[in-house]
Amino acid sequence: MTHFPDIVSHAVLLPEDDVDTDQIIPARFLKVVDKRGLGEALFADWRYRRDGTPDPEFALNRPQAQGAQILLAGRNFGCGSSREHAAWALRGWGLRAVIAPSFADIFRGNALKNGLLPVQIQDEDHQRLVALVQREPAARFTVDLTAQLLVPPAGDPLPFPIDPFSKRCLLEGMDPLTYLLSLEPRIQQYEARHEHTQSA
Amino acid sequence: MSRAPRTLFEKVWQQHVVEQEPDSPAVLYVDLHLIHEVTSPQAFAGLRQRGLKVRRPDRTVATMDHGTPTQALDSELMEVQVARQIQQLETNCRDFGVRLYDLADEQRGIVHVMGPELGLTHPGMTIVCGDSHTSTHGAFGALAFGIGTSEVEGVLATQCLLQRRPKTFEVRLAGRPPQGVTAKDLILAFIAQVGVEAGRGYVIEYTGEAVQALDMEGRMTVCNMSIEAGARAGMIAPDDTTFQYLAGREFAPQGASWDAALERWRRLPSDPGSSYDKRVTLDVTRLEPMITYGTNPGMAIPISSPVPGPETFADPAQRAAVEKALAYMDLQPGKPLLGHPVDVVFLGSCTNSRLSDLRQAAALLSGRKVAPGVRMLVVPGSQVVKRQAEAEGLDRVFKAAGAEWRESGCSMCIAMNGDQLQPGQYAVSTSNRNFEGRQGRGGRTFLASPLTAVAAAVAGAVSDPRTLM
Repeated sequence: MTHFPDIVSHAVLLPEDDVDTDQIIPARFLKVVDKRGLGEALFADWRYRRDGTPDPEFALNRPQAQGAQILLAGRNFGCGSSREHAAWALRGWGLRAVIAPSFADIFRGNALKNGLLPVQIQDEDHQRLVALVQREPAARFTVDLTAQLLVPPAGDPLPFPIDPFSKRCLLEGMDPLTYLLSLEPRIQQYEARHEHTQSA
Repeated sequence: MSRAPRTLFEKVWQQHVVEQEPDSPAVLYVDLHLIHEVTSPQAFAGLRQRGLKVRRPDRTVATMDHGTPTQALDSELMEVQVARQIQQLETNCRDFGVRLYDLADEQRGIVHVMGPELGLTHPGMTIVCGDSHTSTHGAFGALAFGIGTSEVEGVLATQCLLQRRPKTFEVRLAGRPPQGVTAKDLILAFIAQVGVEAGRGYVIEYTGEAVQALDMEGRMTVCNMSIEAGARAGMIAPDDTTFQYLAGREFAPQGASWDAALERWRRLPSDPGSSYDKRVTLDVTRLEPMITYGTNPGMAIPISSPVPGPETFADPAQRAAVEKALAYMDLQPGKPLLGHPVDVVFLGSCTNSRLSDLRQAAALLSGRKVAPGVRMLVVPGSQVVKRQAEAEGLDRVFKAAGAEWRESGCSMCIAMNGDQLQPGQYAVSTSNRNFEGRQGRGGRTFLASPLTAVAAAVAGAVSDPRTLM
């Protein structure tokens, strides 16, 4: 049994480039000691007006966005702050994958550790998918992690890269910390060799 | 046979690989783990859930900086949620035996100001923190980068981090910058040239005459903003400037171990003939003070230049981004930023809040006044910086000019503690991010150097600091 079943969903469209983690979750929502409940704060400053009411123009507030598990984003998604709260907030809202031409390094790592799959595709394919979702907001995509394929409603499936370790973690439910803990003897050997470097 | 030339990054990386199994990321040993109140609570909660300890409390150092008040340290004035995070960190550090520089500690400060100041940051170390500006410590020739909270938990438990090996990127800052052009201007000019994604997947090494000529605080300013170019980390080869800065600091090696360390550190710089995966050279001899006009740090211009029009960008996505940024900033393309009114001036953050920043700012502000209607906030990077500045009388210069002199902390850089812009306000800030709402919802940020910040405070508008020099 896989721990990361195929995602079959329509996509929310937020195609602008360089969406930073301060937009994904503004800093005032980081004053928490828990990971849960952050979906409410996702894109808060774009999603809600100053009076706190939802802005009907914002992608996540449109009726067709409801229930989507995929975000179709732009280049360099998740740049800026290292806050893992960004991944928690996206997951908290119900998203399981983000499709984009590129992802910021720290965000990509944080996403993978929280069952949020970064699906990186080529620019041309991205442009095509953006146009498609603009035309048909209900278009359904399948994300097949095992085959590393994004299957649009029409046309060829698009392959996407993922490092083998992260893929194994997601599919087998393997936890990176469990792996690190299993290396304890190696860590001890390393420390025995290198303890001449100062500790703090 | 001599071995192939290696870069500074490659030397530090190779020394810290504990394990590299096929199809797995490298297991990298972490020499120093810095933690703060905002990105650590969930990590400690994870340790408790699994019944794990902090493996190396002696390599772990905590402080509180992100949400802490900079005015009165009266806990009654603190927001309930912030107070809860602070208490949680106190409890966690007590329960797990981690050294904490708490609110009462005279050595506390912004984590990336405090670490180097205490001599915790050494050349050749690996350093991580749940904060993207950890790249600051690369100024010492350390490999230092920001991590997420899951990784914080992993490092607490195992002192190791899973990392895919990044590529190398040499950024050569050639020549000497003209007067009035500071470390902040160098890094803003670099990011403006390459964009906010150029560093993705890379560790930058800054080289060249302009870098070598910087003092440690200037080098920290440069490395601090590596993440704003998208890079994993930024590094500078350690040299005598580095060693002189470190010598005698509380946690620097002493006596015979200092000599041994020095011998190791001198072997760290990139070997002649090293190759990098990517290289960029920036001639700094004709730079001007830089200032941002948009909503990411790459949207920066020389201070005398007009705000660019979206149509000047060939890439449609970039054109759209600039259009959106100018709408948010309410700026007209083609018009100069010089003379644009400013409501707030913020001098602070892990980018520019060290003693040399405050000295430069105070020297320019001395005998002048903050313009009527402008609020200027000066937030030292640490309590040590604050006391040193006060011993030199810098606080009196700021106060006499009409600026507010505060306790240390992240303050208005991240706007979590009540220090923030009001919607629509314009600020010249010495911090690192001009993202929408970063300094308060609806607030508009122009990033610049401490000198340019002072010039703006005095004029009440964006102004060229060289006219005051």
